[in-house]
Formats: sequence, C-alpha cells, structure tokens
Amino acid sequence: MHNSTIAQLAEGLRAGRFSSLELTQAFLQRIERLDPGLNCYVTVTAEQALAEARAADARLAAGNAGPLTGIPISQKDIFCTQGVRTSCGSRMLDSFVAPYDATVVERFKQAGAVMLGKLNMDEFAMGSSNETSFYGPVRNPWDTGCVPGGSSGGSAAAVAARLTPGATGTDTGGSIRQPASFCGITGIKPTYGRVSRWGMIAFASSLDQGGPMARTAEDCALMLQVMAGFDERDSTSVDRPVPDYRAALGGSVEGLRIGLPKEFFGEGLDGEIATVLQQAIDELRKLGATVHEISLPNMGLSVPAYYVVAPAECSSNLARYDGVRFGYRCEAPKDLHDLYCRSRGEGFGAEVKRRILIGTYALSAGYYDAYYLKAQKIRRLISEDFRKAFEQVDVIVGPTAPSVAFKFGEKTADPIAMYLSDIYTIAVNLAGLPGMSVPVGFCGRLPVGMQLIGNYFDEARLLNVAHRYQQVTDWQTRAPEGCA
Amino acid sequence: MEWETVIGLEVHAQLATRSKIFSGAATAYGAEPNTQACAIDLGLPGVLPVLNREAVRMAVKFGLAIGATIAPVSVFARKNYFYPDLPKGYQISQYDLPVVATGQMTITVDGAVKTIGITRAHLEEDAGKSLHEDFHGSTGIDLNRAGTPLLEIVSEPDLRSAKEAVAYMKKLHALVRYLEICDGNMQEGSFRCDANVSVRRKGDSRFGTRAEIKNLNSFRFVERAINFEVERQIELIEGGGAVVQETRLYDSVKDETRSMRSKEEANDYRYFPDPDLLPLEIGAALIGEVRATLPELPDAKQQRFRSDYALSDYDAEVLTATRELADFYEAVVRSAGCDAKLCANWVMGDLSAALNEANLEITASRVDADRLAGLLQRIADDTISGKLAKQVFETMWQEGATADAIIEREGLRQITDSSAIEAIIDRIMADNPGQLAQYRAGKDKLFGFFVGQAMKATQGKANPQQLNELLKRKLDA
Repeated sequence: MHNSTIAQLAEGLRAGRFSSLELTQAFLQRIERLDPGLNCYVTVTAEQALAEARAADARLAAGNAGPLTGIPISQKDIFCTQGVRTSCGSRMLDSFVAPYDATVVERFKQAGAVMLGKLNMDEFAMGSSNETSFYGPVRNPWDTGCVPGGSSGGSAAAVAARLTPGATGTDTGGSIRQPASFCGITGIKPTYGRVSRWGMIAFASSLDQGGPMARTAEDCALMLQVMAGFDERDSTSVDRPVPDYRAALGGSVEGLRIGLPKEFFGEGLDGEIATVLQQAIDELRKLGATVHEISLPNMGLSVPAYYVVAPAECSSNLARYDGVRFGYRCEAPKDLHDLYCRSRGEGFGAEVKRRILIGTYALSAGYYDAYYLKAQKIRRLISEDFRKAFEQVDVIVGPTAPSVAFKFGEKTADPIAMYLSDIYTIAVNLAGLPGMSVPVGFCGRLPVGMQLIGNYFDEARLLNVAHRYQQVTDWQTRAPEGCA
Repeated sequence: MEWETVIGLEVHAQLATRSKIFSGAATAYGAEPNTQACAIDLGLPGVLPVLNREAVRMAVKFGLAIGATIAPVSVFARKNYFYPDLPKGYQISQYDLPVVATGQMTITVDGAVKTIGITRAHLEEDAGKSLHEDFHGSTGIDLNRAGTPLLEIVSEPDLRSAKEAVAYMKKLHALVRYLEICDGNMQEGSFRCDANVSVRRKGDSRFGTRAEIKNLNSFRFVERAINFEVERQIELIEGGGAVVQETRLYDSVKDETRSMRSKEEANDYRYFPDPDLLPLEIGAALIGEVRATLPELPDAKQQRFRSDYALSDYDAEVLTATRELADFYEAVVRSAGCDAKLCANWVMGDLSAALNEANLEITASRVDADRLAGLLQRIADDTISGKLAKQVFETMWQEGATADAIIEREGLRQITDSSAIEAIIDRIMADNPGQLAQYRAGKDKLFGFFVGQAMKATQGKANPQQLNELLKRKLDA
C-alpha cells in the first residue's frame, strides 16, 4: 500500500480494497520501523490518527467521502494543530500547543484526511538542510549521510521514504522545492495568496506560502485542491476561484512555450545536473512543447535582496517569542531584561539568531533606505523580469537547486554557501509566483529536480506539464533502498 | 527676556468600535483581566490581523470633519519594540502614509479665533496594561486593551500657550463625541494626549528643543503639565543651561514633569510596512458614504444657535458642548414653543445644576425635554412665577410628575387678580402703621418689607411684577 500514490489509495478506499484504518496502521507501523533512522517526525499522533481513520471509514461507508477522505497526510510542524504540540523545529516552541488549527489543517480535517503526525523542519523554516532543527537533522532516505534539503526536509524525506503518502510544506525561499528536489519527490509552491497563512507560523510574511509535497503531480493536485482558496482570516489571501486542478491534468502540452532563462544554465550549475535537465527538457519537447531561451537579467540580485527582506520580516515576526506569554522561558529570570535575553538566547538556535540580527540591522534607522528599501526595489525589478518573460513563454524551466543533496556539515560553517543553495528558487518567492519541483533523474544515487515556474495563479498549468511528463517517465516511482 | 511657548499635541482617541482593530475580541472597558483578548491579541504563533472596517470609517469621518485629505492609499506599518504588554513585540500603526492628512480646526481663546493645523491622523492598535500591584514584586499583564483601535491625531506646533492647548483639546474632544467615534471618557483613557513643548525667544524663527510629556489624561493635567514644563525650560535656559530632547512624565500629585528617557535612550522603532496587511485603499464611494453620515458639526451648530435662537456666544457655546445637550435644548425649545432664551437659561441653570448634583448625563435626566418645556410654558403664560417654578422643578425632579399636576395639586397658581392683591395690600398697610409712616417719611428701604409681607400672605403666589406695581401705587398714594 505504501508504494501507492494518493490517487491510487483513494481509489482503493472507495473500492473497499482496504480501509482507512488499515492504511493508517500500515503507515504508523512504517514510521515506527523506519523513522528512527530518518528523524522525519517530531510528533506522531497515532491515537488521533486511528480515531480519524475510523471516522473516515464511516464517511466512506456512508458514501459522503471526498477525494482525500481516509488518506493519511502529515503536517509540517509549522502548521498549528489544536491540541497537538507545534514546535516549528525550535526549542522556543518545544512545549507550545496552539488552541486553534491552521486553515490548511482545518481544510484537511474537513476533507476527511487522517493526520499521521508533525514533520521535522529547519528551526522556524530557516535553513536549507534541516540541520538547524532543535530535534536534530532529518536524514535523506537516498543517502543517510546527506541532508534532505530544507526547510521542509522532514516532509520531503517522509514522502520519499513512504512514511506518508503526502505532506504539507512551506516555501519562503525554496523550502518546498529544494527538499523535493533533494529527495526525489514532487512539490509545488503556489502563488502568494493562494493558500491561507492563518495558523502557519510566520518566518517572512510577504514570502511564506504553504503547498503540497507528494510523489506525483496528480497527488499534489489533489492536495492543493483542498489547501487552496480564500480565507478571510488572512488579509493577504486572494479571493479568486480555485480551478479544478485534477481536471486540468489531462490538458495537452502541444505548443506549450517553455522558457529557459540563460541565467539558470550558466556558471554554478553542476554539469551532471545540466545533462539530466537537458534530457527532461527533451522529453517535454517530444510532448510537443517548444523551447525558447529567455533572460531574467536581475536574477543575480535575488539572493542578496532575499537576505534583506526575509531576515527583516523575521526579526519582527519573531519578536513575540519573549518568554512572557508562551513558549520557552529561562529559569529564574533576574528582571525583565534578563528574561528577554536569556529566554531568546536559550530558546533560539544560531541560524535564527543570525537572521534576527541581520534583519534588525537592515531595518535600523539610517540603514533602512540602503537595505530594506533597495531590496524592495530589486523585488519589483525581478517581478518585472518575470512579467516580460511570461509575455513570451508559458512556463519557465530550470534547475531547482545548483547541486544534489550535500553531506551533513558540508555547508554549516559557511552560511553564504548554504544560502546559495536556494539561488534558483528565491526569485520565485520574491515575485510571488508559483513554482514546482519535479524529479527528473539522478546524479549517482541522488535525485535531481527540475523547476517549473508559472505565471500568477497558473498552478493548474504547472501541474498539467508535470503530470504529462510523469506519464512518460517513471522517476517519481523510484524508491530509496530499504523504503520500497 | 520675552519667551514664546510652542506646543504640538498628539491626541489618542480610542475609537468606539465594538470589536478590536485587528481581531474580533470585544473592546468593552473594565472586564476581568485577559477575558477580552483572543489569540490574535495575545500574538500567538501563526495568527494574522484582519482590519476592522468600522475603524476605517471612523477615521474617514474624522478626516472629513476637519476638512482633511483622505489618503486614497495608506499603509500599516510595524513599530518594533519590546515591552511585556506589547504582545507581538511590535505595534501595528501607520507611519509615512497615514489615512488622514492636513486638516485644521479653529479654537477661540479670550475672544480671539485661531486656526490650528492638524498634520495627520492615523490608525493604530493600543497595547495592554502592566499591573504592578497585587503580584508581590512581579508584574501582571492584562491584554484586554491590546488591539483596541486608536486614532492618533497630531497637531502642527501651532499652539502658543497651555490655554490654547486645552482649548484645542476640548474642541477635539467635543468633535470626536459629536462624530460618535469616541466616547471621550478621559478617566478610562479613551481620550488622552502627549504634549510636545518647547520655548524660544520671541521673534526667533527657529523652534527650541522640545520635550514630550506623555499620557496626559485630563484637561487640567494638560494645562498644569505644560505650564510647569514651560517654566522649567525657561529657568533652565536663563540659568545658562539647555533643554535636552527627551520624554517626560507628568506627576499630578507633585505637579511636576520628570525625565523618562532621553533621545539617546529612545527606541529605534525600525518601522516597516506590515506584510500581513495590504495597503488600505479608500475610494470615493466610501468617502461619499461616510460623508452622508456626518452630523451637524459643533461650529455650524453654534452658528445656527446664535442666529436661530438669538443666543449669546457664550450660551451657544455651552449648549453645543455636546450633541446630546444641544439636542435636549432644541427639544425643549420645540416643545415649549416659547422664548428660546428662557429655555437656554433653564437648561444651563437649574437643569444642569441638578444633573451635576445627581452626577447624571443629560440623556439620563430625570426631567425630560417635554416636561421641562411644560414648566417653562407655565412661566411664560404667568401661571407661576420664576421663583415658584424653581420649587416646582425641584418636585418634578424628585417625583417625575408634570409641572401642571404639581401646580394643581399644591395650588401654586399665581394670583393675578388685581383686586385680590389690592385687598391684601390694604390689610398689610392697616396692620403695620409704624412701618408705613416711616416709609412715607422717606425710608424707601421698607418697600422690601411690604413685598415680603405680601408674598408671605399669598404664599409667594402673587404675580411679582403686578404686586410691585400695585404696592408702589398704594404706598406712594
């Protein structure tokens, strides 16, 4: 069962070949057996999952089940879950239990999905390797000496290792796409505003966006259908109809104009990855797509602009963790200042502190114009680059990451090197566009992801292209050794 | 050396919305601590603000009332600082793009009319409260007030004395209550201000260094704090010192201001646009809609009271101090259909005194406008004298009956029958030959004695004017 996709499992449930309870038990057993070696889960909610599975079975029997009723799903530990600890990968929230569900969690509940547990992540989603988690790093199922990517590393690894059929992720600078690429799965970061951020713990509010991570584009479509939509509790969510993503999968790719930004294929891209990508592009061409070289001239500015905007917002978003009302509080504070300094000093890890410091500096009087304001201008330039590109092409294609999964510790000493692993994904967040990573092959034993970037609210087209590709290839069916 | 005082006020008016500016929690005052603070007010992880549209309408209403520009696009910004009663570690406010810009208001001080510029008014959320009592050396936090909508109204440095500052603040106070956007309750902190005060030598074109006095919550404190501060600054400069830019606190018990923090210690608030909220767009449609709800404003009403009711400047000002008082007065005039000045005197006199004594608002008056009008009609048609009317009013206030019922029951109808009054006068003259002789010998003072006797004999019911005339004629005969 665990090798089946969500679409197949849903069909099995409806046909009565197995029950949600059996399915849930099977995944819980796999988690128990395999997760200790991978560390994908921060919390496993076995009891709750079994209760939800029984309820789902009743719904299936009553004939009022939706496409995801009875399907096990796991939540990145950044989405608040009522009554279940939401840690955000941080000591700061090690004991935090939210009195509410995130909109995304609520929607999966309403759909009848079963939550298996909460997935490990970089602390407050700040990291590209999952090494910043308070709960220890997640291991890449393809090579346990390598990182799974980040920040949604637990989500990507759990899907790859068949410890869940589908998981939620969040993507601020590449946190869905890069780990999807490193773990050989499919993930989509929707247009900013497509999925509600209510109850999703903020890292950088103007960039954060939740999205699905699963093995196939079809599964992502099924999950996104549930996740997407307007939410009056999130002022930045967009009130716009949600298309039928699954229905759109059948569309033809004939005549699709694919843009290859020359900036994505130059120096800095691993040669082997370039070769794998070329093969994937050839497949798309065989399906009838036409390929065009385009330019995104300001792409080189995206990493520096991002590392002003994201830390600036994070420095403010994380000010609420002060030891006063909830979360970690230091032992026996002498006074208020001591309470603040030690609660934050002890509660946050090094990378989070680094970003708070950068952001505080960037927003300071006298530096604001030079950093924050300039970064916002660059953001507009980048959006403008994309706007022009989408006048010529329908979808932009390139690598998701400049390399395959790297070794633990390889980049922890050099934050800049770590930051550059998001070099191809960050611009998409700055512009608020939808972006997707699709597995397209391997370098050695490690998976390679191809990134698809679409115009605003063009998720259906991205899913369609990815799905057509997956119909003629089988990379998404490959399983890491020991996980099949 | 002649000194000139320069003052600018930042007034915080708490907007009278039912729920908070970014959450659905209630804004009612005085509830048990932390019972009116939801997850959003507590700043829990993952929560997001949603702007209260009613607060926006109120800000627009204020802007229109002061002839200001309503910004087609304004932006909410985060003001970042750490404080235990500031749950998110930042306050959502507006910074470089406020919703209301460049309006004005006129004030009258000592008969002189002056226009005060209003630089801006912006929307923001209030913080919670720190409670230092009852916790044995620790501090308690009450977040009921956190997220309450405030309109911060910033004046130009156009005020030149404490008196002008108070006049301006009173005018604003009346305005926000007229507009029904703020309850104006200063004790509860619904209307309070910070005063920026500096002094300069008369004729100097540059401003002196200013001190900001925080959180003044009564007109009296505004006046006293500014006066103290002005004296302090002048003494400092004349003694060879210099004013430092700082934030000061007014201590009403010691009647002095003292330093809270200097400019160097001031927070760097690291303002930036709040990414959780979209820019606030206000179109012509909303402005038109709000404009249609604008009531007659205090200045216009005062003008109308002067012309329609022939009231003095003073009467018109007092009667238009609040919308409720003005409405009450107009209801009395309408119902009584008599002398508007008589109505004004009674509303401002006996009625106001009774309200004050009972500590009641005009809307809770025990004598309503119709009943007061009923009493005034009896004065106007000479049924009772003004003096007896006071007595009737007392009874009305206590019992709630109509004037006519009381007059009837207690037989207070005025004696206007000349022959009856003459008969009484004749009897008094006959009973007091000595006083009559003295009066006629030139002791004019004794006239009062005869009036008193006559009033006593009629239990005060004789028409005073008529009595005077008849008495004079008979005594002087």
